[in-house]
Amino acid sequence: MWRRGVATLRRFIVAHPVPFTTSVIGSSVFALTSVLGTIVLGRVTDRIIIPAFKGHVASGTIWAGAIAIVVVAFIRSAGVITRRYYAGMTAAANMATLRHQIADRYLDVPLSFHREHTTGTLLAHADNDVMVASEVINPLPFSTGLMLLIVFSLIALFAIDPLLTLVGLVLFPAMFALNRFYTRRVELPAQTVQERVGDVSAITHESFEGVMVVKTLGRQDAEVQRLGRAADQLRVARVRVGALRALFEPTLDALPNLAIIVLLAVGGWRVSTGAVSPGDLVQAMALFTLLAFPMRVVGFLLEEMPRSVVALDRIDGVLAASPEPVPTDPRPLPSGGLAVEADGLGYEYVAGVPVLQDCDVRIASGEVVALVGPTGCGKTTLCELLAGLDRPERGVVRVGGIDLTAVARRDLRSSGVALVFQESFLFTDSIANNITIGTETIATDVTDAAMRWAARIAQVAGFVDSLPAGYDTSIGERGVTVSGGQRQRIALARALIRRPRFLLLDDATSAVDATVEARILHGLRDELDMTTLIVAHRVSTIALADRVLFMQEGRIVATGTHTELLATNRDYETMVRAYEQEVA
Amino acid sequence: MARTDDDTRNETAHGAAHDVVADSAPAQARDEFTERVFAAFEDDDVTPAGGVASGALHVLRRGLATSPELRVGLKATIVFAIVAALGKLAIPILIQVILDRGVLDAGGFRAEFVLLTCLGAVVITIGVLFVSRVAYYRLVRAAEQALWGLRVRVFDHIHRLSMAEHTTTRRGVFVSRVTSDIETLARFVQWGMISWLVNGTLIIGTLVVTFVYSWQLTLITLVAYLPVPPLFRAFQRRQLQAYDEERTRIGDMIAEFSETVSGAAVIRAYGLQDRARVRLRDRIDGAYRARLRAARYFAAMFPLGDFFGAIALAAIVVASAHYGRGWGLDVGKVVAFMFLINLLLSPIGELSEILDQTQTAISGWRKVLAVLDVPIDVAEPADGVQLERGALAVEVSHIDFAYRGDAPVLHDVSVDIAAGAHVAVVGETGSGKSTFAKLLCRLADPTEGQVLIGDRDLRDVDPASRRRAIRMVPQDGFLFDATIAENVRMAEATATDDDIERAFARLGLDWWLMRLPDGLATMVGERGESLSVGERQLVALARAELGDPGLLVLDEATSAVDAETERALADALARVSRGRTTISIAHRLSTAEHADRVLVFDAGRIVEAGTHEQLVAAGGAYARLHTSWTANTRTG
Repeated sequence: MWRRGVATLRRFIVAHPVPFTTSVIGSSVFALTSVLGTIVLGRVTDRIIIPAFKGHVASGTIWAGAIAIVVVAFIRSAGVITRRYYAGMTAAANMATLRHQIADRYLDVPLSFHREHTTGTLLAHADNDVMVASEVINPLPFSTGLMLLIVFSLIALFAIDPLLTLVGLVLFPAMFALNRFYTRRVELPAQTVQERVGDVSAITHESFEGVMVVKTLGRQDAEVQRLGRAADQLRVARVRVGALRALFEPTLDALPNLAIIVLLAVGGWRVSTGAVSPGDLVQAMALFTLLAFPMRVVGFLLEEMPRSVVALDRIDGVLAASPEPVPTDPRPLPSGGLAVEADGLGYEYVAGVPVLQDCDVRIASGEVVALVGPTGCGKTTLCELLAGLDRPERGVVRVGGIDLTAVARRDLRSSGVALVFQESFLFTDSIANNITIGTETIATDVTDAAMRWAARIAQVAGFVDSLPAGYDTSIGERGVTVSGGQRQRIALARALIRRPRFLLLDDATSAVDATVEARILHGLRDELDMTTLIVAHRVSTIALADRVLFMQEGRIVATGTHTELLATNRDYETMVRAYEQEVA
Repeated sequence: MARTDDDTRNETAHGAAHDVVADSAPAQARDEFTERVFAAFEDDDVTPAGGVASGALHVLRRGLATSPELRVGLKATIVFAIVAALGKLAIPILIQVILDRGVLDAGGFRAEFVLLTCLGAVVITIGVLFVSRVAYYRLVRAAEQALWGLRVRVFDHIHRLSMAEHTTTRRGVFVSRVTSDIETLARFVQWGMISWLVNGTLIIGTLVVTFVYSWQLTLITLVAYLPVPPLFRAFQRRQLQAYDEERTRIGDMIAEFSETVSGAAVIRAYGLQDRARVRLRDRIDGAYRARLRAARYFAAMFPLGDFFGAIALAAIVVASAHYGRGWGLDVGKVVAFMFLINLLLSPIGELSEILDQTQTAISGWRKVLAVLDVPIDVAEPADGVQLERGALAVEVSHIDFAYRGDAPVLHDVSVDIAAGAHVAVVGETGSGKSTFAKLLCRLADPTEGQVLIGDRDLRDVDPASRRRAIRMVPQDGFLFDATIAENVRMAEATATDDDIERAFARLGLDWWLMRLPDGLATMVGERGESLSVGERQLVALARAELGDPGLLVLDEATSAVDAETERALADALARVSRGRTTISIAHRLSTAEHADRVLVFDAGRIVEAGTHEQLVAAGGAYARLHTSWTANTRTG
């Protein structure tokens, strides 16, 4: 852990050496001036205070002493400010760097990466993990300065009196050892506290989320008891940490005090023999008080290290993910509606559980087909493969006669293939921007007319016009809430503005009324020269297609018109009859 | 400042009013007052520095009253803490005594005196060590006990609030009151509280000792420190603003990350990576700049005390060199004084470090206490009546309902439902049908009107009897992260596995149980999400079946349920509703078709009521709804 901790620190220093070095310089200035301050204090005692009580001291000497105290303090403060600010900058700059890297990675990895990780964990990497990983660099300049401080102090002590240095030489290692001992002892109980905090939080979340069940079943008392037990375990864990702290903190406080007492006894004797001056003794004591707490900061650094290493490991796990491959020799798509062919597609999310198996698809250019099949038969996966969002593990997808993996990405996304999803994801932005988003890379002049045209075909123009702010209405957290059906239509308009030549609607109109859906599909036929695949759950939708692809267990098992399939395929008939009873 | 005073007064007034309301006041009387309590309770922002400082005492008083655990042995603990703090003063005094009497005295070095004094100091130091230990431990123990009590009380209180309070938006607030807000208090207990006690005593003690040595030098020291508090406050205000700004920027950045992650598919499908990259970079850099701004104040604040301490020191040197003898000082006293000034530095520095934490803790405490001020709006009767066994009639007369602060959801709703009838309730989202269902289970009380179940006013019914007789199957079918058996047993704690299996069998669901990997012992996952929505509702139905209720309220799932579960659900529902009054919030045409009666809700009113056939024939709202339903499913 120690070695990896050092490697972590090195990495952060190398990434941003300038603020780090500046901070260390500030810290060194602080160390030097701290020791200088004690020297000034000793000289002031010898040359000003003691003579002042014996006779007379020149006014110039007095003022010189006073000015020396203030100047040293001023430089010391400047050192502290420099150290703190630039240490903060080092940490912040490293956070920004890590976040840039994570952002790039999140955008460059294939979609499958996002499916394998929950939004929560991915956000935690960018948020908390980055913070925890980088914070460790923050106390490092201070710790470096403190090491210098110890060295300077010992030198200063030695210059005063070797005998007094001995007291110091016993004290520092004792403090350091005690600190390490405490840090080790508290590690496990502190971890337990974290776990218990997690337990309490989990119970609270669950209990309030299920409040309806709790209420209807009268489980309040049982829930209070459940939380009470978890909170009590947390309390016990916290008191255990507290007991350790109660043991160590006062000891850490007392240790330098005991040393100062010894110093006084020995130093008093040395003063009486004339070996040292009273001012030297004052300086020595000031040096000791200076060293009372620094050891703890080194302790903080060591405490932070394991957390940081673990957080950085998690981040590195993300950064190690390989980006989506780009075609080496990209080829353009032909113009007009695109024919689609897939041969022997195979795909599995979990090893041994194939989602697609030997799946063949043939769609002629300009055709409108409905993809129908029971839940979990692989429809969405098939759509994603046909849209080139993911690569099949086996088999090949050809669009317009070209292998999808060889098609130029820009060509594919600008006016080639568009997939509209089951869940209509809209950005927190205006309706206009949600529709025209990304089109600036296709053509510089995305006209207002093009946007309105897309909205009209998607049957959302009337709704948008009825809003007070029209297309400038913002959607999302701080904007208006838009019903599921309208959201789906805006998402559809986003696809249509690209005038795709192969459009896939993955249950993308499920929340739209059947009559509106029919208008949309007729509009598509009339206005666009394209091939369309619709995943359908309603008989009304199926009826609008030229042909039906019936899918079961990862492959297309039958194809034909709706009526043909009803007559020839029992499974198809059963399923469609079930649809008739379903959701409104 | 004036504003803050008003706030404090208001809060005191609320406190008084609350005591009255909690006892018996009628619902209407508390309107204005509740609004204010809620304003406090929803205030999620960190109150600016001034407000916290002046409100702090009030929060402390309320907090102590709410947590009697804190007062147990408090006096002894404080005495211990004060002794511990005063012990720290021993060292500078020792320096003075030894320098003046043992070393620099006219008699020269008095070895015996020095040794004995030092020995005494060692004894005192070690004694202080043990006293500190006891004080620290006692404080932590008492505080943790108090936090436990507070947490449980708040949790309990929140659970006693009606469903009218438990809105989805407020759920997050509730969770943080029980978790993160109390955690800020816990952090304060571990560091800040003891620091205040010890350092506060230390500062006062130091000033007393310095005053004894020389009131003149003490005065000089205080004057030298004079600029520190205003400077500090000015810095701190800016620092808090900078922190606020940083939090906002980080929030923006996380929101952008969140869009990038949850919109991953859309971004890839439409080639939006470049746009996302630019926006993310922009937000990340914004967070970086905000952090740097905050770091500036953070860096500049800390050395303030040190610097002015040095000025005090310089002033003392100059003054004592000039006037020391005249003021009756000697070398030992001046040196001791210099160390005392030094002793003053570290507690001031430490207190300034924990000021931030203290403010967070106080505002956390305030928020937690404010939750306890929210009156429990569904008060259970002390000596409630029992509902009879068997099917229950429902009589709703002229009920109104509004969620707090919102427009009314139900207006003057009246309906009679005969015992054993099967009623379907239909209507658009937001028409009030779900709220209607909640009022039937007394998850909230109507603001006007009355709900009679089995001829009893629901407000007079014994809660245990009510829960047994009225069962609700919620829409999302929320389950606890436990086994199926444990989830069902929540309805009847005494039910054996056999009882539960039989209940499933009575609903014709034994095949479904058998298909599960571990049968009744199958873990359902967080929120029950290892099961589909439909399956979760099956578990909820088994719960209902086990309890033998006389009224069943079912909120159908809106999202698609696969055909097989759909059939199982319909079948189980048919069985469970036999001989019971059933009210279904229907999203499916078939449910409405098969009901004895259909109630059509629109904008909080019942606009139509009758059988399916009657309503279709009437050609009103229901007929329109029906047309749309059939268009969706039957055009093929």
